[in-house]
Amino acid sequence: MADAVLEISGLVKNFGALRATDGVTLDLRPGEIHALIGPNGAGKSTLIHQICGTLRQDSGMIRFAGQDIGGLGVAQRARLGLGRTFQVSSLAPDFSALRNVMLAVQAKQGSSFRFFKPVMRDKGLIDAAMTILERVGLAARARVPAAELSHGERRQLEIAMALALQSKAFLLDEPMAGMGPEGSKSLTRFLDTLRHEAPILLVEHDMDAVFALADRISVLVYGRIIATGTVEEIRSDPAVRTAYLGDHA
Amino acid sequence: MTRENLINLILAMLLLAVPVAANWLGQPFYVTLATRVAILALAATGLNLALGLGGLVSFGHAAFFGLGGYVAGILASHGFSGEPLVFGFSGTNQMWVIWPVAVVLAGLVGLAIGAISLRTSGVYFIMITLAFAQMVYYFAVSWPAYGGEDGLSILVRNQFPGVMTMRPMSFFLICYVILLTGIGLFAVIRASRFGSALQAARQNEVRVATVGIQPYRIRLTGFIVSAMMTGLAGALFADLNRFVSPSMLSWHMSGELIVLIILGGTGRLFGPLAGAALYVAFEYALGGITERWQFFLGLILLLVVLFARGGLLGLLAGRARHG
Repeated sequence: MADAVLEISGLVKNFGALRATDGVTLDLRPGEIHALIGPNGAGKSTLIHQICGTLRQDSGMIRFAGQDIGGLGVAQRARLGLGRTFQVSSLAPDFSALRNVMLAVQAKQGSSFRFFKPVMRDKGLIDAAMTILERVGLAARARVPAAELSHGERRQLEIAMALALQSKAFLLDEPMAGMGPEGSKSLTRFLDTLRHEAPILLVEHDMDAVFALADRISVLVYGRIIATGTVEEIRSDPAVRTAYLGDHA
Repeated sequence: MTRENLINLILAMLLLAVPVAANWLGQPFYVTLATRVAILALAATGLNLALGLGGLVSFGHAAFFGLGGYVAGILASHGFSGEPLVFGFSGTNQMWVIWPVAVVLAGLVGLAIGAISLRTSGVYFIMITLAFAQMVYYFAVSWPAYGGEDGLSILVRNQFPGVMTMRPMSFFLICYVILLTGIGLFAVIRASRFGSALQAARQNEVRVATVGIQPYRIRLTGFIVSAMMTGLAGALFADLNRFVSPSMLSWHMSGELIVLIILGGTGRLFGPLAGAALYVAFEYALGGITERWQFFLGLILLLVVLFARGGLLGLLAGRARHG
C-alpha cells in the first residue's frame, strides 16, 4: 500500500448507549477518490466530525500527513492541510465570495495578525483569491455577498475555500446535495480533476457521481464499515446490496 | 464619496462646529457637553471593536472605562501629594504619561478578563463579563485609600504640554483629536487582515476554524484592543469631570456604552459618535423637562431595536457593506 495521507484505525464514538462509530478503519491514498456511502443515520457525519476535530473520538487513532491528529483542534488540523466542505454550506454570509476566499488565502499564509494594510487594496491577496474563483467558475459572482449566492454557487465557493488552503486532502461532505442534474455533472467533472491535486474523501448520496468518480468505496452501516473495495466489488457485494443499494445497482 | 462617508464627515464637522460656536457665543457649558459626547463616543468606539466587529457583547466594559478613570485620578492625587506610588514613582499630572499607563493597564486587565470570558459565548459571555466588571466595581467601593464609595477628586485638571487644559475649548480639542484618531484606528483595523478574521469569526466561527484560524486568539486580541481604547476614554472622562468614582465602573455604564452603539449603528464606523451625540442630546433636552428622561430613552431604544436595526446610521446611510 502506498503511504496513506489519512489513516483511521479502530475509531469508536459513543453517544450514551448509541455506538455511532464502531471501530472504523479507513485510509485515503494519494491520488484517489475514496467514497464513503451509507444509509441515513449510518454515522457518516459523526465520522466526518471526528476527522475534522469538531468531535473527539472515544478511542482509536487518526493519522494525517504522518502525524497523529486525534488530539488537535479544528483550526490546527486545517493548518496541517485538511480541507473540508460542509453538508450545509458554512460561509461568512456578509462577506462577498471574494472576501470569503481571501480569508482562506490569508489563513493559508498565516497572516491574520496584520493590523494595518487594508485587504481590499492588497493586490496579491485579491489576485490569489480571484484565480481560485475562476477555477471553480465563480469569478463573475466575486462581489456578491455569500448570503445572496445560489445554493450551487455556495457549494462552489466552499470548494474554492478548500482549494485556497492548498489542502493535502479534501473532505467533501455531500457536495452534490441540492444540486440540479447539470450542476452535479459539472461538479463531477471538476472533482475528477481535483483528485490529482489531493486525494478526496467523498461522502455522497448521489450514486451516479459516486460510481463515476470513486476509485474505492467504503460502505458504512450502523457505524461500522461493512465493505471496502472498487466500484465493481461494491456493486456485486451481496451484503451491500441488501443493506444499502437495493435495486439501484 | 459614498453616502456613509458623507454622513460621517458631517457628523465629525458638527461635533467640531457646535463647541466652536458655543465658545464664540460665550456658552462654555455646551463645549463641555460636546466633550462628553467625544469621550463617550471614544469609549463606545472601543467597545464597537469587540461588539460590532467581533460580535462579542461585553457587558463589562465599564471595568476598562473606570480603570482608565482611576489611573488618571490616582496618578494625579499622588502627583499632588508627592506620596510615592510604586518604585519611588510619585504620580504625575501629565496626560502624556497618564494615557499610556491607562491604555496598558486596561489592556492587561482586558487580557485577563478576555482570556477567561472568551471560553464562553452568547449569554454566558455577557454574564461573565458583567461578573468581572462587578468584581472591579466592588473592589473600588471597598478600597478606602482612593475614596471608596465617595470617589476621588482631581483638584486641577491634568496637564498637557503647550495646552491650557482648564480651558473647556482646549480640553475639547484634545478629546476631539483623540476621538478621530480612535475612529481612524477602528477603520484601519476593520479593513485589515486581522479585521477580516475578526468579522468572519462573528459571522461564522466554524468557518474561521475550518480555514485554520483559531477564533479564540483573534477574539482575545480584538477584546484587548477594545479594552485599551475604552480605558483611554476613561482617563479623559475623569479629567473632564475632575472626579472619578465607582459609578464609572458600574454596570449602568457598561449598559450605556452598549446603548450608544445600538442607537448609532452596530459595527458602523461613526455609529458610536452618532449614538453618543443622540444620547447626550436626549439626556440634556429631556433631562431638563423631566427627571424620568430615561423612560423616553427606553422608548426610543425600543423603537430602534424594533424598526431600525441599523441604528441612526442604518437609517441615514443604508445597510453596511462588507466588500
